[in-house]
Amino acid sequence: MPAPEWLRIRRDKDVPAEDASLWVKCPKCSEMLYRKDLGDNAYVCMRCGHHFRMHAYDRINLLVDSDFVEIGDHITPGDPLGWVDRRPYPQKLEADREKSKLSEAIVTGFATLEGFPVALGVMDFNFRGGTMGTVVGERVTNLLEEALRRRLPCIIFTASGGARMEEGMLALMQMAKTTQAVERFMSDGNLFVTVLTDPTTGGVSASFAFESDIVIAEARASIGFAGRRVIEQTIRQKLPDNFQTAEFLLEKGHVDMVVDRRQIRDTLVRVLDYAVDRKRLAPALKAVPEFAGA
Amino acid sequence: MNVIVEREKSLSALESRIEALRERDAGSDEVKQLESKVEQLRRDMFGNLTPWERVNMARHPKRPLSSDYLAALDAFDELHGDRHFRDDPALVGGFAKLRGRRVVVLAQMKGRDTKENIRNNFGMVSPEGYRKAKRLMELASRFRLPIVTFVDTSGADPGLSSEERAQGEAIAACLVTLAKVEVPVVASIIGEGGSGGALAIGLADHVIMAENAVYSVASPEGCAAILWGDAARAPEAAERLKLTAADLEGFGIVDEIVAEPIGGAHRDGARFVEKMLDAVDGALRLLEPLAPDALREARYQKYRRIGAWHDDAATRAVSGA
Ligand SMILES: [Zn+2]
Repeated sequence: MPAPEWLRIRRDKDVPAEDASLWVKCPKCSEMLYRKDLGDNAYVCMRCGHHFRMHAYDRINLLVDSDFVEIGDHITPGDPLGWVDRRPYPQKLEADREKSKLSEAIVTGFATLEGFPVALGVMDFNFRGGTMGTVVGERVTNLLEEALRRRLPCIIFTASGGARMEEGMLALMQMAKTTQAVERFMSDGNLFVTVLTDPTTGGVSASFAFESDIVIAEARASIGFAGRRVIEQTIRQKLPDNFQTAEFLLEKGHVDMVVDRRQIRDTLVRVLDYAVDRKRLAPALKAVPEFAGA
Repeated sequence: MNVIVEREKSLSALESRIEALRERDAGSDEVKQLESKVEQLRRDMFGNLTPWERVNMARHPKRPLSSDYLAALDAFDELHGDRHFRDDPALVGGFAKLRGRRVVVLAQMKGRDTKENIRNNFGMVSPEGYRKAKRLMELASRFRLPIVTFVDTSGADPGLSSEERAQGEAIAACLVTLAKVEVPVVASIIGEGGSGGALAIGLADHVIMAENAVYSVASPEGCAAILWGDAARAPEAAERLKLTAADLEGFGIVDEIVAEPIGGAHRDGARFVEKMLDAVDGALRLLEPLAPDALREARYQKYRRIGAWHDDAATRAVSGA
C-alpha cells in the first residue's frame, strides 16, 4: 500500500540551535539557572516557577511519545502587500527563520500522547511574535481538515501577539478561515483542546484559542484580547499585576483549568481519556504506521 | 481634525457666496460660473482620494450611520440584550423588513453627536453586545431569516470590564455562529471596519463595501505607533495597510463595492443608503435559492481561499485574488 501523502513529506525533527551560554538568568527572580537543569525542568524556573517561553520543537519533545510527523511545513509565507516599514517584510521573515530555525509561527503534525493518536499544533512566539498571517491560518486549517479526515482529536498550543500586521486584512481573515475549520471539525464530534501559553492575545484569542471544547491555560501565561497598554490608555489608570493572567481568567470563568507546564502532558492524557473513545481511534491507529506500535 | 472636513470648509465660503448671489438673480452668468468652479474644485479635491483621505471620509461626522440605514428599512423591531448581563447600545439588532423581505439585522452604532457617542461607547462593542448578536444570529437561523449586518466600528471595546467578561471569547463565538448558520449572511461595511471587532459580524456569504469605507487589521494610528512610535505617521500606515474597498476587492475579501458621489456618501446620504439597501437586496436574491448545505459549503470555500502563501510541495503560489 502506498504511503499517504502526508507521510511522504515527513521530516526529521529540527533541533533548535543551542545557546552558547550555559547559564540563564530568571527574569522574575534573577536566579542564575544552569541551562541543562532548566531544560530538564520543562523550562520552568527551579526557584520561583517562572515559565520561560518555549521553542515549538522543545514543546513537542516534551509532549509526544516518540515520533512527530510534521505536516504543512511546505506552506510558506509570501509578501502579499509588498510590506515595508523599517525593513521589508521578506527580510524580517528571513531574520526570524534564522533566529528561530522555524519556517513559520506554528508547527503542525501528528503524534501519539500515551498511545492516543492526535493532531498537534504548536505556535512559537519566536517567529514574528507568534502572529497569525496567512500561513498560520492555512496550517491550522490544514491540520484541522487532516484531523477531521482521520477523526483524530486535535490539540493546539497557542502563543500569539495577534494578527500579523504585515499581511494586513489577509491576516485578519484567517480568524474567519480557522473558525470555519474548527466549526466543521467539532460539528463532526471530534475533540478540540487548546492550551493557551504566554502570550495569547488579539486575533488568536478571538478565534480558535477560545473555540475549543476544553480551554487549558498554562500557569502564569498572559492571555487577553486587547493589549495591556491599549487598555491602560483607554481607562487612564494602571492595571493590577494579575490582570490578564491565566489565574485571573480562571477566577473570571474564562478557562477550564490552569495547569503548570510540568503537568500539562498528564492533564492532556486525562482529558483524552475522559472525552475520547479509544475504540473509535482504532482505525486511525491502524492507518498510520507510526501509531501502530503505540 | 478631519482632513475632509477641513477641505470642505475651504469650499463653503464659495458656496455661501453663490447662495447670496442666487437670492438676487439665480440665472446670472456669475452664479453659473461660480457653480461650475465649485464643481471643478470638488472634483479636484475629492476625485481621487488617498487611503488616508478615505479613512477620514469613513469617519466624517456627517457620514450616514447605521441608525440611518435602520431608519430606511421597511420595518424594524429591536430585540434587546444578551440575557445575561446588559443591553449593549453599541450593537443593535432585531427583526426587520428589507425590500419586503423578512430579515434579522445587526448593526454597529456610532453616535451622531457627543451625547449619542457616550451612550453608545463610540460604536465600540462590548462582549455583551457580541453575545446579543450571537443570540440573534441563532434566532435567524432557526426561523430561516437571512442575516443582514452593518459594520461601522473603530474596533471592539478595549476596556477593563470587557476583558473581565472575555471579549476574545465573545468575538470568537460570533464567528463560530456565523460559520454555522444555515441562512444567507450579507455584511455591509458602511464606514470603519475596525479589525476583529468588525469581523465578528462581518463573516458573510457576500461582503459589500461602501467606496470610501475602510476595513483594516489595525487602525492607521495604532499601526504607526507600533511601527515608528509615532501615531502622527498614520497617513503612511494607511497606505501600507491596504484598507480601501478596491484593495480588499482585489484580495477577494470584499465581493462588491457601492460607489459614492464625489465628495462622499454624506453629500447625498439618503440616496446612498437606498443604494446600499438595493445592493443588499440584490445579494440576498442571489443567495436565497441556495440550499443550506450549498450555502455553507460556498461560505467555507470563500474563506478557505483567502490568503497568499507558497506551497513548496506543489511549487506554486496560491492566492485568493
Ligand atoms: Zn525564577
